[in-house]
Amino acid sequence: MTPSRREMLGGLLVAFALTPGVYAQTGGGEGSGGPPTTAPDLPGTLAKFPDLDAWIRIAPDGRVTVFTGKAELGTGIKTAIAQLAADELDVALERIDLITADTELTPNEGVTAGSQTLEQSGTAVANAAANVRLLLAEAAAARWGVAATDLFTRDGAVLDGRGRSASYADLAGMTSLAVRARGDVPRKRHEARRLIGRPIPRVDLPAKLTGLPAYVQDMRLPGMLHARVLRGPSAGTRGLFDLSAVARLPGVDRIVRRGGFAAIVGPREWPLERALHMAARSGWQAEDGRNEPGALPDSLLRMRRESQTIEDRRDEPDARSVRRLSARYDRPYLMHGAIGPSCAVALFEDGRLTVWTHSQGVEPLRGSIAGLLAMPAERIRCVHREGAGCYGHNGADDVAGDAALVAFAMPGVPVRLQWSREQEHGWEPLGPAMLAQLDAALDASGRIIDWRHQVWSNTHSTRPTAAGDLLAGREMVPPFPATPPKPIPQPNGGGDRNAIPLYAFPNSHVVSHFLPDMPIRVSALRGLGAHLNIFALESFMDELAAAAGRDPVAFRLGHLQDPRAAAVIRRAVRRFGWEGYKALPNRGRGFAFARYKNHGAYLAVALDVERVPDEGRLIVHRAVAAVDSGEAVNPDGIRNQVEGGIVQSLSWTAYEAAGYDGARRTDYDWSTYPILRFGDAPRSVIVDVMDRPGTPFLGTGECAQGPTAAALANALAAANGIRIRALPVARSSARVV
Amino acid sequence: MIELNVNGSVARADVDPATPLLYVLRGDLGLHAAKFGCGLGQCGSCTVLLDDRPVFSCLLPVGAIGDHAVTTVEGLGTAKAPGGVQRAFLHEQAGQCGYCIPGMIARAEALLRRTTTPTEEEMRTAMAPSLCRCGTHMRILRAVRRAAVARGGGIVDPAEPVT
Repeated sequence: MTPSRREMLGGLLVAFALTPGVYAQTGGGEGSGGPPTTAPDLPGTLAKFPDLDAWIRIAPDGRVTVFTGKAELGTGIKTAIAQLAADELDVALERIDLITADTELTPNEGVTAGSQTLEQSGTAVANAAANVRLLLAEAAAARWGVAATDLFTRDGAVLDGRGRSASYADLAGMTSLAVRARGDVPRKRHEARRLIGRPIPRVDLPAKLTGLPAYVQDMRLPGMLHARVLRGPSAGTRGLFDLSAVARLPGVDRIVRRGGFAAIVGPREWPLERALHMAARSGWQAEDGRNEPGALPDSLLRMRRESQTIEDRRDEPDARSVRRLSARYDRPYLMHGAIGPSCAVALFEDGRLTVWTHSQGVEPLRGSIAGLLAMPAERIRCVHREGAGCYGHNGADDVAGDAALVAFAMPGVPVRLQWSREQEHGWEPLGPAMLAQLDAALDASGRIIDWRHQVWSNTHSTRPTAAGDLLAGREMVPPFPATPPKPIPQPNGGGDRNAIPLYAFPNSHVVSHFLPDMPIRVSALRGLGAHLNIFALESFMDELAAAAGRDPVAFRLGHLQDPRAAAVIRRAVRRFGWEGYKALPNRGRGFAFARYKNHGAYLAVALDVERVPDEGRLIVHRAVAAVDSGEAVNPDGIRNQVEGGIVQSLSWTAYEAAGYDGARRTDYDWSTYPILRFGDAPRSVIVDVMDRPGTPFLGTGECAQGPTAAALANALAAANGIRIRALPVARSSARVV
Repeated sequence: MIELNVNGSVARADVDPATPLLYVLRGDLGLHAAKFGCGLGQCGSCTVLLDDRPVFSCLLPVGAIGDHAVTTVEGLGTAKAPGGVQRAFLHEQAGQCGYCIPGMIARAEALLRRTTTPTEEEMRTAMAPSLCRCGTHMRILRAVRRAAVARGGGIVDPAEPVT
C-alpha cells in the first residue's frame, strides 16, 4: 500500500474528475438532466456515474463520506440517503458524512425536483453502498485466504465469525473504490436491515430547532457585506431609480451596476432595507411588449396553443352510452410563497466564483451564471445551502444570479444578497393558471365507456438553463435571450401531468394544449399540472359516480385494475370509517385517489369537512390518507411529506390566488395573499404508510397535492350540494353565497 | 450603544436605536434562531420572547426594549441539551424545512408560560400569527400538546391524542 494510493482511496475530499455538465441539456426539464447515461445496466443515477468513488469514500479513520447531487429541500432526504448508505454498508448512521449538491464535489444529478431524489440518488447510493460492502468483504477474504461468501459485516467491520475481524478503516486502504459498480450485487435482505424502513429522526432538526446556523440566510463569512437588489415592484415592470440619490442614503457604501441591473451594498442589513424602500419611491414603469393575460380562465382558451394528443385509446369503439357528462375545472396562478425570502452568498476570489445557493439545480445554475458573467463554468462553483421550503422554482436561482453579479464586481469580498418579502412575492415565478375540460360517457350499467380530458396550460418549467433565464440576465444590455418554453414530455408531463387516467376506461382521449406565451412569469410549483388535472379527474369521478348512482369509492374500485391502487384506497377508507360515516348538517365526506405521475407514489385520501353556514368557513375535521411509496426508507419522513402535502394543498385549493392588474402583480405580502393558518388547519390528520419492502422507491414528495384538492371539493359537494369547479374554494363560495 | 438583556446576559450593540431587534440578534449578536420572513409582522418567523410574551422582533426597535428580558430559541436549550418545548418538537419531528420552527417554538413557549392547560382553540389562536408553508401544522400542534403535558398540564380538549 503506497501512501499516494492510500490517500486516494482513503477518500480525502479532493475534487475528483466529473464529466463536465452539458448545460444546454440540463435543467429545463424537471429533475432529469445531468450528463447522458453511460451505464444503462446500473440502477438510479449510477447509470450516469457508475464509479463507486463518485458516491462513497472511506477515510483512514473509518468515516464514510457519501455524495449526492440532490439537495435537501426540507423533505428529509439527507436522513433517508444516510440511512440507505449506513444500512447497506453496515456502519452506524453517525459515521456517515453526507455531501449534497455541490458542483465541485457531487455527481451532477440535475435538478432536485419531481419527487425523484430517492428513485434516482437513493437507488444509486444504496446500490453503491452494497457494492462497497462487498468489495470490503472481498478485501478481507483475500487477506485471510477465505471466501468472501463466508464473511459477514457488522458495525463498520468484516468478521469471519470465528474471532477475526478487520475494520473498514483498515480495509479501505487496500480497496479501490475507483471502480465501476456492478449491477448484480444484491442489496441486503430486508429482514437484515437496521435502518431502512425505520422512522429514524431527521439528522438536521436538532440544529434547526436550537438556532444553529442552518440556512444560506444564516451564513456569515469574514468580511462579508450585505446587498439588496433594486427592481420594479414585480415581474413585468422596471424600477425607475435615482441612483445618485440612492448612493447618498445612509448605510449604502456603493452601488453595483451592470446594464439595467443595480444593487446597493453595505455592511449592515437594516440601513440597506431602509434605503431599498426609499429608492422604490421614485416609481416604476410597465415593461413593453408584455402580453395581457385577460380574465381567467377563459383567456387561456384564447391563447396561441400547441396541441398534442397524449392518449388515444379505442378498445371498445362500439360501446353504447346512455348518458354523457361534461365539466370544466380551473385554478388560478399560485404562489410558492417561501417563508424566507430568497438569498444567496457569493465570493469572487482569484478568478474563481463560489455561490452558496438554495437553488434546486446547482449544475444548471452554474451554467447560467457562467453565461451571465462570460466566465468559464469550470471557474464557478455552486454549493447548495438550505433555504426555506421552496416547493418549486422560486427566487432561489434569480437571487444567486444577483449575488454573483455583485460579488463579481467586488473581488475578494463575500456578498450576501437577500430579497425583501415584497420582492419575493412580486418576482418569484408563479405556478401557472390552468383549465381542464372533461367529458365522459356512461353505459347502461353505470360504467365509464368513454373519457376525454383536455388541459390548457403554460409551461411548468422555466428553470434556468442559460443566462437569459435569470432575472439579472434579462437586465443586461442587450438582454440575454430567455430559453423558449417547451412542454415537459410524458410520462412525467408538465401541464398534462396526471392528465392520463390510471383508470381502465375502454375509450380514452387526452389532449394537452401547451400555451407558449406567458403573460405572467411562471414555472414549476410542487406537482406541476398534477394539482389541477387530479382535481379535475377526481372531482369528475365523483360527479359520474353520482350520475351512475354509485358510491364514489366503489365506483373508482370498479374502474381500477392496479391492485396496489385498490389496496391504498381500501386502507384509507377503512381507516377513515367510510362505511359507517354519518353525515351531519353542513358536513360531508370526500374521497380522492391518484398515483403521482402514474408511476410515483399511490395516495388515497378521505376528508370529513364542514362548511359553516353564513361564514363560509371550512373546518376539516379529519383527513385520513394511505400512501404506497414502494419501499419505505423512512416511514415517518413519508408521513411528514404527506401530512404537509395535505395541509399545503388545502391552503392552495381553499384560499390561494395570485393577482395581476394588467401591469403588475397585486400581491406583495401575506396581507393580500393569505395562506392557511393554524385556525384553519385540519383538526386531525392520519397518514398510513404501506411499506413494500424489496420494491422500487416511488416518489412521494408531491403525491398529496392533487388528491387532497379533489377530496375537498368532493366533501363540500356532499356537505351542501355545491360543486366547486373553479379554484380557490373561497372565491367560488363568494360567488355562490 | 444599546444595552440589552438577551438570554440572561447583557449584550451591547452599537446601532441606531430604531433598528429592529431581529437585525441586532442576527447581525450583531450572532443569534440566528429568529429568522427574517417579512419584516412586516405578518409571518412570525422572527418571533422571540420579550419577558414572557411573544413579539415580532422584525418590528421591535431595540431602543424601546429597555430592561425587558429578551429570550431567543438559543436561550431555551441547545442541540445537546434541548429545552422542554424543543424536546417536544424533536419527539414529534415537527419540522420540514424548519425555517419557521424557531418562531413556532418561541410562540409555544410563551403560550405555555401563560397557561399549561389551554384549550385546543386557545392553542391554535396563540400559534396563528406564525406561518408555515410546508404544512407542518399538525406536527407543530402535536408538539405543543406534548410540551404542555411535559409541564404538568395538557390541552383541555386535544383534537389529537398525545401518544
